[in-house]
Amino acid sequence: MDIRNPIGLLFTLLGALLIGWGLFGGEEAATAKNVPEAININLWWGIVMLVFGLIMLGLAICAAKKSKCQDGKCCCGE
Amino acid sequence: MPPLLASSLQIDLHFLDYAIMVIYVVFVLGIGFALKRYMKNSEDFLISGRSIPAWVTGLAFISANLGALEVIGMAASGAKYGMLTTHFYWIGAIVAMVFLAIFMMPFYYGSKARSAPEYLKMRFDEKTRGLNSVSFAVMTILGSGISMHALADLLSKLLGWNYDLSLVICSVVVMMYIFKGGLTSAIYTEVVQFFLIVFGFAPVVFLGLKEIGGWEGLTAKLHTVGANSQSMGLTDNQLGETAWTSMWSNLGDASANSMGINWIGLVFGLGFVLSFGYWCTNFLVVQRAMAANSMRAARNTPIIATIPKMIFPLLVIVPGLIAVALESSALSSPSADSYAIARKEVKIDDAAWKTLESRIVAQDASFSPMAAAGAVLAATPDAKSYNKPVIAGIVEKIRKENLAPEQARSLIQNNLGERDYNNVITSLLNRYCPTGLLGLALTALLASFMSGMAGNVTAFNTVWTYDIYQSYFAKDKSDAHYMWMGRVATVVCIILSIGFAYVARQFDNIMDLLQLVFGFVNAPIFAAFLFGMFWKRATGHAAFFGVLLGTIVSALFYGFTVVKDGSAWFTSGENALYTFQSAMTQNFWLALASFGTAALVMLIVSLVTKRTKSDEELKGLVYSLTPKQVDADAPWYAKPAISGVIILIVCVALNIYFA
Repeated sequence: MDIRNPIGLLFTLLGALLIGWGLFGGEEAATAKNVPEAININLWWGIVMLVFGLIMLGLAICAAKKSKCQDGKCCCGE
Repeated sequence: MPPLLASSLQIDLHFLDYAIMVIYVVFVLGIGFALKRYMKNSEDFLISGRSIPAWVTGLAFISANLGALEVIGMAASGAKYGMLTTHFYWIGAIVAMVFLAIFMMPFYYGSKARSAPEYLKMRFDEKTRGLNSVSFAVMTILGSGISMHALADLLSKLLGWNYDLSLVICSVVVMMYIFKGGLTSAIYTEVVQFFLIVFGFAPVVFLGLKEIGGWEGLTAKLHTVGANSQSMGLTDNQLGETAWTSMWSNLGDASANSMGINWIGLVFGLGFVLSFGYWCTNFLVVQRAMAANSMRAARNTPIIATIPKMIFPLLVIVPGLIAVALESSALSSPSADSYAIARKEVKIDDAAWKTLESRIVAQDASFSPMAAAGAVLAATPDAKSYNKPVIAGIVEKIRKENLAPEQARSLIQNNLGERDYNNVITSLLNRYCPTGLLGLALTALLASFMSGMAGNVTAFNTVWTYDIYQSYFAKDKSDAHYMWMGRVATVVCIILSIGFAYVARQFDNIMDLLQLVFGFVNAPIFAAFLFGMFWKRATGHAAFFGVLLGTIVSALFYGFTVVKDGSAWFTSGENALYTFQSAMTQNFWLALASFGTAALVMLIVSLVTKRTKSDEELKGLVYSLTPKQVDADAPWYAKPAISGVIILIVCVALNIYFA
């Protein structure tokens, strides 16, 4: 099992959840408390997590493809 | 205003927060179940069949160590001691991890031992292995029990969950994924937990720095903390401005820094004995490296782990710094909101409250908030005078909002006692995190508990099954039998840990005591491994008696010395052999004494006893008899000797930068 698959899935899912909440959860629910400027921290952090999750998934898919064709020629990006 | 209610702090969770926790639990259980089909024999289950790539074992290596006690404890120390806490990382871990990678992994991995005690059996003899495996097995159960108690305690106080239920649910989750997928699933989930911990705590640090004005704002406030350490109730004597920001400049004299240590005790006690004893011999972490899929991967595991370890102070110590820095603003402007670390609850005497109640709640202009705070403090012996400005702020708030007398009383009582440093992390989560992010951060906390506990359970399984059960109870059983035993051990370990969690619940200071006992055991064992690996003349009798006497000396040392204002086991304060400035100094010197004894005994006994193992038998177990590792075909970054030196240079640079 490639552990990047579950990690990628988990963070993509959590990232999407936070983004959704940051966008539609209402202003108060999504804004960091006790900080001088208004930051929609759920939205921004959700994006960071989503990107991380997608990168992990991408790497896992890439590795799976690579192992299928033994000569390693049909790698991602080629 | 959440910080105001801090010590009775109960966080209300939204559906979304629960959803995030549930998703996490589903994922870790899913990993366990998905790995079940790979568990074909006992070695798959107990030592992962040596099949895992280096980056995974490296992250698991660090994650197994990053239990919640570490997360909560380091944040607490960050607030209590400031930047000095980073010594536990940059002196107390990195050097030992690099040493493990370059010099010790070749023997752990190359000997084909299935556990650290088994290496001792191959290198020395059965009795040394027996001593080490029994003490280690007991330690792991106590360790995971305490960790579970801490988790259940936190969930019950913070979220109002039932203590018993939280305890059972969390441990059953850990049990299920280890029962199914063994060490492999512990390691894989530790990687998931690693990323969750990073992603869960990073935004809290980010927001904290935003509030406080970035790194410069933090440093400026910490200078205020240092210059007011006495009036803030952080130290008995007044320290200098750099006490919370500097790693080295105050270590010349033990009374000039918040830890009460000097650099000699720190460098040799922590930097040498304690850190090497932990990182190089503790099977809990070493087991992760031994599960790697090749010799090179095994040697690179600790090296990979040093990178997050070097950065972690930002995630676990900086929250403590932020919390104590926020407290410093109470010095200039009395306000209930400047309160960043929860207080322990203290009860105000009923009669005293009766006389004060009407004057506090009423708009009595002649009784200023400061005077009211002073009167409350004077009437309550357990109250801390450094809370005065905060109490004044609360009185102001009570009057402004016309709070009912009962409400006013509980509000004051909750903020009267000493700082509850164990609440630093949770206080900050509550301070900054909106719904969603809060769920994520709590999940990170949950993940750190589970990874720490899983580390203990899997290490126990292996040592119990191979080093105790197979050696002393059932020598020649089928492999399927040992695999079955590994599963039984998982369940038994969890049940015993639950039992011990209840014991820990009964005793307030059991955590401190156990920390100490871990020190008793680890320091002399390090002598056995060090001599075993680097001196072929060291004998089995030497190792056994070295470890035994080292442990006894630890106990005597602890019994006959005291910490300032404390008492020892066997003696009162006045008759003690030596009085230390702080418990931490005592701990460091204790480790040194115990290691020194073990080393001396090993040296002498080795020279007077006959070698029982020939050079041929010791091949692969001792440095001088083992062919050197050649990495000619590896790229530079995969050569532990090169990457290790680079890591050390970076580490020295960090020490100089924050000197």
